[in-house]
Amino acid sequence: MPFPSTRLSVVERTRSSDEETRRIALATIIEAYWKPVYKYLRMKWAADPEHAADLTQEFFTTTLEKDVVGKYDPARARFRTYLRLCVDGFASNARKSERRLKRGGAMTLVPLDFETAEGELAAIEPAAASDVEELFYREWVRALMERSVDDLKRFAAESGRPVMFEVFARYDLVDEPESRPTYTEIARMLNLTTATVTNHLAAMRKQFRKILLDRLRELTSSEAEWESEAARLLGPARHR
Amino acid sequence: MISDRGITRLREAAAWPELDARYEITNVAGHGGMGTVYVARDHVLDREVAVKVLDLADRRGSRAARLAREAHILARLDHPGIVPIHDAGTLPDGRAYYVMKLVRGRRLDDVIAEGRPLAERLDTFARVLDAVAFAHAHGIVHRDLKPENVMIGAFGEVFVMDWGVAHEGSGDVEPVVVGTPGFMPPEQERAGDAVDPRADIFALGSLLQHLAGDDAPAPLKAIAAKARQTEVSARYQHVEALAADVARFRNQDRVDAYRESPLERAVRFYRRYELPILLLLAYIVMRFVLMVWRGI
Repeated sequence: MPFPSTRLSVVERTRSSDEETRRIALATIIEAYWKPVYKYLRMKWAADPEHAADLTQEFFTTTLEKDVVGKYDPARARFRTYLRLCVDGFASNARKSERRLKRGGAMTLVPLDFETAEGELAAIEPAAASDVEELFYREWVRALMERSVDDLKRFAAESGRPVMFEVFARYDLVDEPESRPTYTEIARMLNLTTATVTNHLAAMRKQFRKILLDRLRELTSSEAEWESEAARLLGPARHR
Repeated sequence: MISDRGITRLREAAAWPELDARYEITNVAGHGGMGTVYVARDHVLDREVAVKVLDLADRRGSRAARLAREAHILARLDHPGIVPIHDAGTLPDGRAYYVMKLVRGRRLDDVIAEGRPLAERLDTFARVLDAVAFAHAHGIVHRDLKPENVMIGAFGEVFVMDWGVAHEGSGDVEPVVVGTPGFMPPEQERAGDAVDPRADIFALGSLLQHLAGDDAPAPLKAIAAKARQTEVSARYQHVEALAADVARFRNQDRVDAYRESPLERAVRFYRRYELPILLLLAYIVMRFVLMVWRGI
């Protein structure tokens, strides 16, 4: 699959007359949102792992296209907020009817690895768990970042320069500052010059920013929403 | 899974500015309302500088215009209490930036929390007044004066920072509210209302309240209260007038903002002329003792 240059809003694409375009758009929404939704159901709705997995499957399989995307009005709320409110309504109705749900359909679009998601949930900080709306946002950002890092890796590989991603991974994908190697150490590890490491890192960061903002554009429904989300993602809020 | 710290790191990586070879970004110094301030090495002049970079290149250009305006204001205001600007430009990804002197120090709100002596706090306030008066003389209103926007350097230098929402007398009035609640006057809270230097005087009154603390002497509280009058015409009309009243307080003279009782006047008179009064009293007592001794 060639690397996409500019991404259109998936919300727009779900309304396309072309079935393949609609299918890819829905898959993109599921990719971006299934983990935040699953974790949100576990935290806010105290659903057990199996029930949360069922609800997540059901939400994306039967509700997403018709009841969520179809009724979305960009003038009233940003898509992320709207989708979370839809999840609340869906979970509330499911609780009232106390129904157990069948797994299935969404698997055809995107494989959902609930075991991994459950494992990740255990690593969430207690402070984050106390604010479920913030938790939903953080999980959404996490999913966005993970997909953007995957894109960056693919970009470097397709450009025939996988070593550029290696430099980025060894410097910017290291959580603890104290365990982060210096440019010189990375140069030694990858048999490069320090200047090359500096240049590769700058190029990868520039490309990562582009990918991230493009991915964000894909998940928002208007220029204003994109700008507001981007300002929150890259602005002062990131340091709270 | 990418951890929370990993996400913070990736956000920083995505925001990391790509400057030309002259400036090498080394660290993040802090974050403002619309941008991040980085520490950088200026390889041409071999010194450390601060680089303020917008977080986002907005399509309408309003943020870039605001940063450019801030850069131009800093360039116009050549004053020891205002950080000098060295350079300005646009990154390849469209974000605007400018390069300025790197101020190493602490924010005034942190210094206030340490409970420094009142005289020292008022000395800082006087230097803030100097810088703001200078800006007003050039037709510029800061519009966001607060402790967080004042830096104290390692050698006690005082800098008024963050001129991002400053208003030039000739500029258009913005249709949005800018400023900080508690520090902005009522006329500034109404979007679209024109503000003049007296808006800063209100903020300076709030700043003085914070600096002086709850147990401030009554005349000092009165000065802050006069600066914070809701009615614009009831405030000090110029920073110089506010500065003069603060100076009178520091010299233990009568301040314009406070009507003192005869007892307070006597106490103030005594405090101001304590040494001569004590010498005079000692002389009178000594004469009296001599008279009594001679009489015996």
